[in-house]
Amino acid sequence: MNALSINNLSKTYSNGFVALKRIDLTVKQGDFFALLGPNGAGKSTTIGIITSLVTKSSGDVQVFDINIEKNPEQAKSLLGLVPQEFNFNGFEQVKHILVAQAGFYGLAKKEAEPRADELLHQLGLWDKRHSTARSLSGGMKRRLMIARALVHRPKLLILDEPTAGVDIELRRSMWAFLQKINEQGTTIILTTHYLEEAENLCRNIAIIDKGLIVENTDMKSLLNRLDKETFVLDLASALPADFKLANFTIQQLDDTTLEVDLQRDDNLNHLFSALTEQHIEVRSMKNKANRLEELFLNLVEKSEATL
Amino acid sequence: MNSLYYRHWVAFNTLLTREVRRFIRIWPQTLLPPAITMTLYFIIFGNLMGSRIGEMGGFSYIDYITPGIIMMSVINNAYSNVASSFYSAKFQNHIEELLVAPIPNYLILAGYVAGGIARGLCVGLIVTLVSLFFTDISIQHIFVTISMVVLSAIMFALGGFINGIYANSFDQISIIPTFILTPLTYLGGVFFSITLLPEFWQNVSLFNPIIYMVNAFRYGMLGTSDIAIEVAFSIIIACIIALTTFALHLLNKGTGIRN
Repeated sequence: MNALSINNLSKTYSNGFVALKRIDLTVKQGDFFALLGPNGAGKSTTIGIITSLVTKSSGDVQVFDINIEKNPEQAKSLLGLVPQEFNFNGFEQVKHILVAQAGFYGLAKKEAEPRADELLHQLGLWDKRHSTARSLSGGMKRRLMIARALVHRPKLLILDEPTAGVDIELRRSMWAFLQKINEQGTTIILTTHYLEEAENLCRNIAIIDKGLIVENTDMKSLLNRLDKETFVLDLASALPADFKLANFTIQQLDDTTLEVDLQRDDNLNHLFSALTEQHIEVRSMKNKANRLEELFLNLVEKSEATL
Repeated sequence: MNSLYYRHWVAFNTLLTREVRRFIRIWPQTLLPPAITMTLYFIIFGNLMGSRIGEMGGFSYIDYITPGIIMMSVINNAYSNVASSFYSAKFQNHIEELLVAPIPNYLILAGYVAGGIARGLCVGLIVTLVSLFFTDISIQHIFVTISMVVLSAIMFALGGFINGIYANSFDQISIIPTFILTPLTYLGGVFFSITLLPEFWQNVSLFNPIIYMVNAFRYGMLGTSDIAIEVAFSIIIACIIALTTFALHLLNKGTGIRN
């Protein structure tokens, strides 16, 4: 079953801006799906239409085979949204926000309170349960939004840049939490500007640009399309003046740093053999850029060239 | 799974509870000012000036204006509660909590209006208690008194909701109360009987809905009115139906809340 089916979806805003141009998209139940695109590409409009915050111009959206226009209440009860901007009442207490949101989904206080407590513990907000939302740190506010989206146990969770402005430690703990709830059966759609995040978490991906889906595939096949990868090598000692590395495109950044392009049909063993032959010791190595980032830029540039 | 009616009831109750909690949390802004203002009205208009004005409609002046002052505080507070709460929800974007949830639009409207009624009645009760320091209150027609105060609160809460939908700034939620509601209230027979006006202005006054509310409420408390009670009820109910229909139309269209 598909968790989400979008057919021929278009949106033109009242000022004439065309945000979506007849897009089609499907997300399978249980998937961890990345929806990527540059700013203004149409990601938030798509999410807005799925969650009823934006009215569509034409097309059709179904959540677990339920049409959001024909059966809005049924469809909405299956969805949870973590929006990009903080959108809670800052003057309300953290726990009140969660219990009220559960109430809007029909969960009475006796069911809502234990559920809110459970999420407050899981997301590290228990000590702040009686604080007003505006007194929380940025990271805590993000976690509060995740807790609020999950309070009614949605089957499809949509996260619009959930880790924006969150420090790396907290981001990684949020990744672990999201992976856990995905393993427990919640389908997740994620938009993010951190492509490393999408690469680490998501199994399938769609890239949207200027209102069109320019790519929709699984993460593995997309990454396999990468023609080359660039590695930065940190060397134990300075390179000799006559240093050359046949069959590899190299760039010497300084005496002890080397940048090497590795073609798709090449492998790291060949590179290290060649370096060992010349008695060059490598202390450490890293990717110059995130692999998905390179592909993303290629796809977006390509779509700009064809428009 | 809980039945649809039960879930709707829980959602309505949650929204109402949130609204009541909001105006109680900020009681120095919501409950205290009307108590102070109305105390001043009773002292100045009732005691100091009222004793020189003498009788009106066969009652002492303070007795005559008491129902109007209570009604004025009810409608002002019912209106401003909904207008400011709904606009704040838009301003802080937490209206989205309701828009993404499986709540039909009529329940969103009902929840906010019920919150407005709750504040209106709460303030009405406070002002009634204050009035007991200045006059004795007797109620002649309990059903008329209660039903008219509730209907008036509903009508003005609906007005506040529509104001909140259209408002794009905090200024715009104070323009209507300042430039329309306050003049209509002062000209709505709170402090005088419209029979004191020349005939032309008496007829003009009949276009002011507050005349009907104040007079029907005064009839409930004192047993005297410038307007026929059946006419007053009919007009207020017609206004409520029209405002409800319009507010629901705006919500269904997504005016001011959906892109």
